[in-house]
Amino acid sequence: MTAALEVTIAREIGEFELDVAFTVESGMSVLFGPSGAGKSLTLSLIAGLIRPDTGTVVINGRVVTDCDRRIHVSPQERRIGMVFQDGLLLPHRSVLDNVALAVRQASGRRARRVVARSWLERVGAEGFADRRPGSLSGGQRQRVALARGLAGDPALVLLDEPLSSLDSAVRGELGSLIRGVIISSGIPAVLVTHDAEEAEELGDVVIAYNDGRVTGRRIVERPVRPEPQRGAPESTEPA
Amino acid sequence: MSGLVPQSWLNRLGIPPWVWNPLSVSLHAAFDATVVVAVVGVALGYLLAKGRFPGRGAIETVFSLPMALPPTVVGYYLLTRLGGPGPIRNAEVHLFGHPLTFTFTGIVIAQIVESFPYCLRFSRTAISVVDPRFEQAARAMGLSRWRIALVVTLPLARRGIVAGVAMAFGRALGDFGATMIVSGSVPMATTMPIALYNAVFYGSHEQAMVLALVQLGAALAILLGVSRLGKVRPW
Amino acid sequence: MKRGAVFARTLGSRHKTAIIVATVVVGFGLGFGVAHLMAGSIAYWGVVSGPFFLTLRVAIPATVIAGITGVASGYVLAKGRFPGRDVLETLGSLPIILPPTVVGYYLLEVLSPGTQVGGFLTRVVGHVLVYNVTGCIVAATVAAYPFCMRAARTAIEGVDPLVEQAARTLGLPNWRVALQVTLPLARRGIAAGLTIGSARAIGEYGATLMVGGDINGKTRTLSLAILDSFTTPERNTMLLILVLMAVTAMTGVGLLSRSRT
Repeated sequence: MTAALEVTIAREIGEFELDVAFTVESGMSVLFGPSGAGKSLTLSLIAGLIRPDTGTVVINGRVVTDCDRRIHVSPQERRIGMVFQDGLLLPHRSVLDNVALAVRQASGRRARRVVARSWLERVGAEGFADRRPGSLSGGQRQRVALARGLAGDPALVLLDEPLSSLDSAVRGELGSLIRGVIISSGIPAVLVTHDAEEAEELGDVVIAYNDGRVTGRRIVERPVRPEPQRGAPESTEPA
Repeated sequence: MSGLVPQSWLNRLGIPPWVWNPLSVSLHAAFDATVVVAVVGVALGYLLAKGRFPGRGAIETVFSLPMALPPTVVGYYLLTRLGGPGPIRNAEVHLFGHPLTFTFTGIVIAQIVESFPYCLRFSRTAISVVDPRFEQAARAMGLSRWRIALVVTLPLARRGIVAGVAMAFGRALGDFGATMIVSGSVPMATTMPIALYNAVFYGSHEQAMVLALVQLGAALAILLGVSRLGKVRPW
Repeated sequence: MKRGAVFARTLGSRHKTAIIVATVVVGFGLGFGVAHLMAGSIAYWGVVSGPFFLTLRVAIPATVIAGITGVASGYVLAKGRFPGRDVLETLGSLPIILPPTVVGYYLLEVLSPGTQVGGFLTRVVGHVLVYNVTGCIVAATVAAYPFCMRAARTAIEGVDPLVEQAARTLGLPNWRVALQVTLPLARRGIAAGLTIGSARAIGEYGATLMVGGDINGKTRTLSLAILDSFTTPERNTMLLILVLMAVTAMTGVGLLSRSRT
């Protein structure tokens, strides 16, 4: 089974040097480390928003960046979803329109809105589908941001500190939601955080970062849980 | 132009022809000029804000020159390029049948040149301060550059852009030197600022007072509107 | 070109501002010299020098006054917390889009010895304020003021308040913080405002025409003289001077504004 993501990249910005290599299988992989360690930079490189100095990025077996062979697929073509720390929803459009913007696999405004609405339901945000992002709370906005990141049926979803600007009270709930929705959708994910607890709670694999290097990789022990939907007596590990 | 509104209406509103005629010319010309300036100015502002080609600063400097030039210099060059022998005049004769000096269109062109820098600078500033992460998110979502500009960047920058268009309109309304030279204060195409100058020159105090007050009110209204739109300052 | 960029980065910011300002001033001066060289005739010197030096006599005091009042009001607007701040700035910004003839009209109303206000001012100052250089200076100051004020306000607002607070904790009184910390940190934006203000003062036409009267030899500045010399060869010299000055000014503004972006 091909890995969802294979990364081997190096990039210098000013005095900072990033040089990392790792693979991501299915499930939620967490890049964990202190601020300034290069985690968000890695996401930008995976997304194709920045080019590495050397190295390759392979998503689902498809080479999207290869410096030696001068291959660089534009971010638009990479089929990734992104969830930002501040959500970054367009303030001048409704929640529904914001998510619909990301839907690529359907054409026509009505079809896109249908897909958008179903994703809003999955994140529990269908109640404010017609409101503007400005009128929502931080937690509500991040739900919408999550829906938007997944609505385009991406091959990989990248989350850059999605919980960092939320109150601690909301963080736990939203963290479970993020993990739940992503795991059940089957879309592999890479999440960046500097919070150790968050890394433990959300990740299947934790990749430790420090000063531009990967310093460790650990699989998180997860209790085996039955799949509620299928109601099967057999318990299955989250994939 | 005074054919737009029936004379009887004007009489009932108490607007004398020596106000309405230059006012309608000014409004009409400024409107035409601003339409052109808005489209080209915002587009160029976008290119200068987002582009990565050398010479961006030089291009903005060149197109901002009318702000630093005396209106007589601008007027001189317009008069000689539009009216004097040369390729531009030939093109005008070909398209319009006559050169554009001393015509209404000439006034519009003068106002375009003088007001363009305002729209350009306000737009470029507004677009360049849009958080680039919005655009990054849109690129990851698969939107084409065209759609990103129209759906993400420009709407997010709309306050500054509208302010720039409003300033350009105000500047077009208020143009004096360049307009006067290019149009030669032809009676049928006299703008408000020129009408005021004539009123002062010929000693019509009443008329001067009214014309000045109307223009002052218009400038105040525009500036107050712009200040409401918030802080986007190219200088 | 890259070498130049690297070199530019190694220069201290203080040096950069000084260099830019020096370039602007030299550019202005060069404009005059180059123009004459290109025109190729000393015969024009007499005709052009009159308006040229008159323009300097008008624009330099105007820029100084507009600069001082502009920076002062920009400071007050940036730091003050009183209602009607934006309205005051709007009023001060009027000359940007107000037609020059409207400015000229109201200046005449306020300065002409025939009017109430004008008569009073004339007595106070001691000589007539219109149809002479004084009137031109007033018109040019009004034209330059809004740009100086707005640029100063923006620049001062952009100064990190933490730096000012640090200075205050060191015991410096407010006025010293302003003069030794805030204004120096804002010097680029202020310089940009002065540059474009001076360009507007030099190029002022409509109001100068009305308040000065376009009297040959006394109030016919360069921008007015162009019209008078329309069909004569010295017109080219005047044009070249003005164009070079404008290009220098806008280039200076561009360089000064591109500081941090």
